[in-house]
Amino acid sequence: MNINFSEQELAFQQEVQTFFREKLPESVQAHIDNGLSFSAEVTVAYQKALYNKGWAGINWPVEHGGTGWTPTQKYIFQTESAKAKAPRQIPFGYSMVAPIIYTFGNEEQKQRFLPDILASNTWWCQGYSEPNAGSDLAGLKTRAVRDGDHYIVNGTKTWTTLGHHADWIFCLVRTSDEGSKQKGISFLLIDMTSPGVSVKPIITLDGRREVNEVAFQDVKVPVENLVGEEGRGWTYAKVLLTHERTNIAGVAVSKQRLSALYDLLNQPPAGCPDLKNNSVFMSRVVQVEMELKALEFTDLRVLSSVSTGTAPGPESSILKIKGTEIQQALDELYVEIAGIYALPFVPEQYDEAGYEPRIEPFFAPNAAPHYYNNRKVTIYGGSNEIQKNIIAKQVLGL
Amino acid sequence: MDFALNDIQQMLKDSAGKFIHNDYDFETRQKYSHSELGYSEDNWQLFAELGWLALPFAEEFGGLDGNATDLMVLMTELGKGLIVEPYLSTVVLAGNAIQRGGTAEQKEALIGGIVGGELKLAFAGLEAQSATDISSINTQASTAGSGLVLNGKKQVVLHAQSADKLVVAARSHNNNGNIALYLVDANAEGVAAHHYPTNDGARASDLTFTNVAAELLGDSDDAAAVIQAVLNDAIVAVSAEAVGVMDKMLAATVEYTKVRKQFDVPISTFQILQHNMVDMFMECEQARSMLYYAAITIGGGNSEEQVAEANKASQFLKWKVGQAARLVGQTAVQLHGGMGVTDELDVGHMFKRLTMINTLFGSMDIHLDNLVKQRQAA
Ligand SMILES: Cc1cc2nc3c(=O)[nH]c(=O)nc-3n(C[C@H](O)[C@H](O)[C@H](O)COP(=O)(O)OP(=O)(O)OC[C@H]3O[C@@H](n4cnc5c(N)ncnc54)[C@H](O)[C@@H]3O)c2cc1C
Repeated sequence: MNINFSEQELAFQQEVQTFFREKLPESVQAHIDNGLSFSAEVTVAYQKALYNKGWAGINWPVEHGGTGWTPTQKYIFQTESAKAKAPRQIPFGYSMVAPIIYTFGNEEQKQRFLPDILASNTWWCQGYSEPNAGSDLAGLKTRAVRDGDHYIVNGTKTWTTLGHHADWIFCLVRTSDEGSKQKGISFLLIDMTSPGVSVKPIITLDGRREVNEVAFQDVKVPVENLVGEEGRGWTYAKVLLTHERTNIAGVAVSKQRLSALYDLLNQPPAGCPDLKNNSVFMSRVVQVEMELKALEFTDLRVLSSVSTGTAPGPESSILKIKGTEIQQALDELYVEIAGIYALPFVPEQYDEAGYEPRIEPFFAPNAAPHYYNNRKVTIYGGSNEIQKNIIAKQVLGL
Repeated sequence: MDFALNDIQQMLKDSAGKFIHNDYDFETRQKYSHSELGYSEDNWQLFAELGWLALPFAEEFGGLDGNATDLMVLMTELGKGLIVEPYLSTVVLAGNAIQRGGTAEQKEALIGGIVGGELKLAFAGLEAQSATDISSINTQASTAGSGLVLNGKKQVVLHAQSADKLVVAARSHNNNGNIALYLVDANAEGVAAHHYPTNDGARASDLTFTNVAAELLGDSDDAAAVIQAVLNDAIVAVSAEAVGVMDKMLAATVEYTKVRKQFDVPISTFQILQHNMVDMFMECEQARSMLYYAAITIGGGNSEEQVAEANKASQFLKWKVGQAARLVGQTAVQLHGGMGVTDELDVGHMFKRLTMINTLFGSMDIHLDNLVKQRQAA
């Protein structure tokens, strides 16, 4: 056992640091300090910068333009990216649909979709959940009926993150009622500009538009947009959900947020309560720090098992549960440190146009909205209750 | 021993409960919250008619002579509606300060207007950095000619936008370091206000005072005890509100999980969720018990011992309610799944209100740390 970086790895770390120093504008980094999400423009610009450097396909196979990085390199990249307060690659294209396409898609689909995903020319969103199919995803009802060279799609997807920016949506649709619920599900790629697709905003607790309801009314989808075989969509999606779950721990980002929290404690901005001498608060902070250290090593254990060729197994579910618990614990600490300045609700303060007079400390009015919004992380990607069901069943054999 | 409500309390509970149930559904509340004023003036007049604005004031000034227990009963019901009217700031904070600290002439001049619904107030007590500690107040009073003026800054003053007058805590004009209370016209020359909405649907303001004409509240320039008593009542009021909100969230969650089906069954059939809701229920009850203890104790009396016990009770209460509110709020959102984080459903707004109640008048971490330090020093 050894966690030291080799010469080459240290050199790689240098290269990554240089990249962020040169390519990441300060205005972009400020988003993280203020708990804000990145705009579509900022995100795409960042993704294109990664692409130009050859670093867009972090987990992709080299043959499709991936980096071919070792797990240690990925770890280094993620750590440096979080330290540099870089945006996150929007996962829907890069780490959700692309793996399905390069694993289960045909040659024509790989040619057609992968290069544009890698270059950030297309924006993808995920169309799985429905109003009545959340945790019970297999209960989905959006139907695709074969009609000659097309499927005719009808139904409603919901909670579609950033669907209002998307060019494409990858969907689980029902193509058959025969056999088990899972058996009748297929994996379909749908052009968002197709006639009959409509996108309606859902406003979340932070007052912003992040998710949508996407409705399909007699939408014609060419059969060549079916990935793999009809009725196998559930199997493909399960592989993908495992990917989603391993990326969800967010260790590097939590480490960065924790270190920023210590900065705030060491130099409390005017107007913030002095919490460094509050042992109750400090004991919460230090507990988060310790939990995070343990999680980091759990994450490294999973990474190293992947490097030896084993796919992330059900034990990777602990990353999602623990990772999201830590993220939410950090959110609570930020609300606390904002003190009474957690109350003002001035989302305009963080828009391009700004808000005058600014409320200082600048981060404080977004601490609570961020905390509210981030309750989502224990709900989506398979809620934490569902994750525990999986561990109980698959790991403990209960 | 008897925890039953007396007649007046029962009447308060019934009338407030009926008002929220009939006239203050969530959509209506949102409409008020988003209006220019941020609340309904008609409701305010109704509050006056129903006697709610008279609650803590002495009978001789047109009040009902109510105590912390009465306040608790009323606020628990109003909490269920997530009310946005400036009751806390006008009645519980500033009005209460006048009742407790004002001279007979000041009470005569002001209380009638509050009770009648004509006069609204805000309380600029603590400052952003002070949390619960009034000794860290920086706003300064001084003499100017024959009068007094204030200079300084007060942050996140609840409902200052609709206030006619402000009750401001500042360092005494006698330069003796005391904290005194002053009355100021909200529109007086030298008051610069920055009003904004709060994320729990109300309004607040940052206020800057530059040589603002002020009048000492009361005869004494040492208002520490008055401020502490006012804060104790305020803690009872917001905690009662929180208990009302929590009751409603629990009921909403139980109801939702019975109706929401996944895997072909109501999600209420999953044992883990049942236990989660039992935990919510237990926290609601523990918070209510602490609320009773604190309300009875805080409404107690003015002996040194009673005051010490009241100050302790408000800390116990604020901590317990903070803890319960976190568990109840977070669990309610979690059990609603995606619906819990939408702006559309009332549950999310209840969660926001509970979260903000924790930040008011000292969070649970601050109170707990104070209690730990007191015990260590004892
Ligand atoms: C902000 C946000 C973004 C999202 N983005 C996307 C997206 O881009 N694409 C997409 O397809 N979906 C997305 N989702 C949907 C997300 O995956 C679902 O919300 C999630 O699967 C839960 O489903 P639900 O909301 O219907 O809750 P429900 O399934 O109704 O669950 C309600 C509660 O019951 C619990 N529960 C359910 N079943 C069980 C059980 N068997 N045992 C114990 N407890 C159980 C849940 O854990 C939860 O606490 C997003 C959700 C949110 C909130």
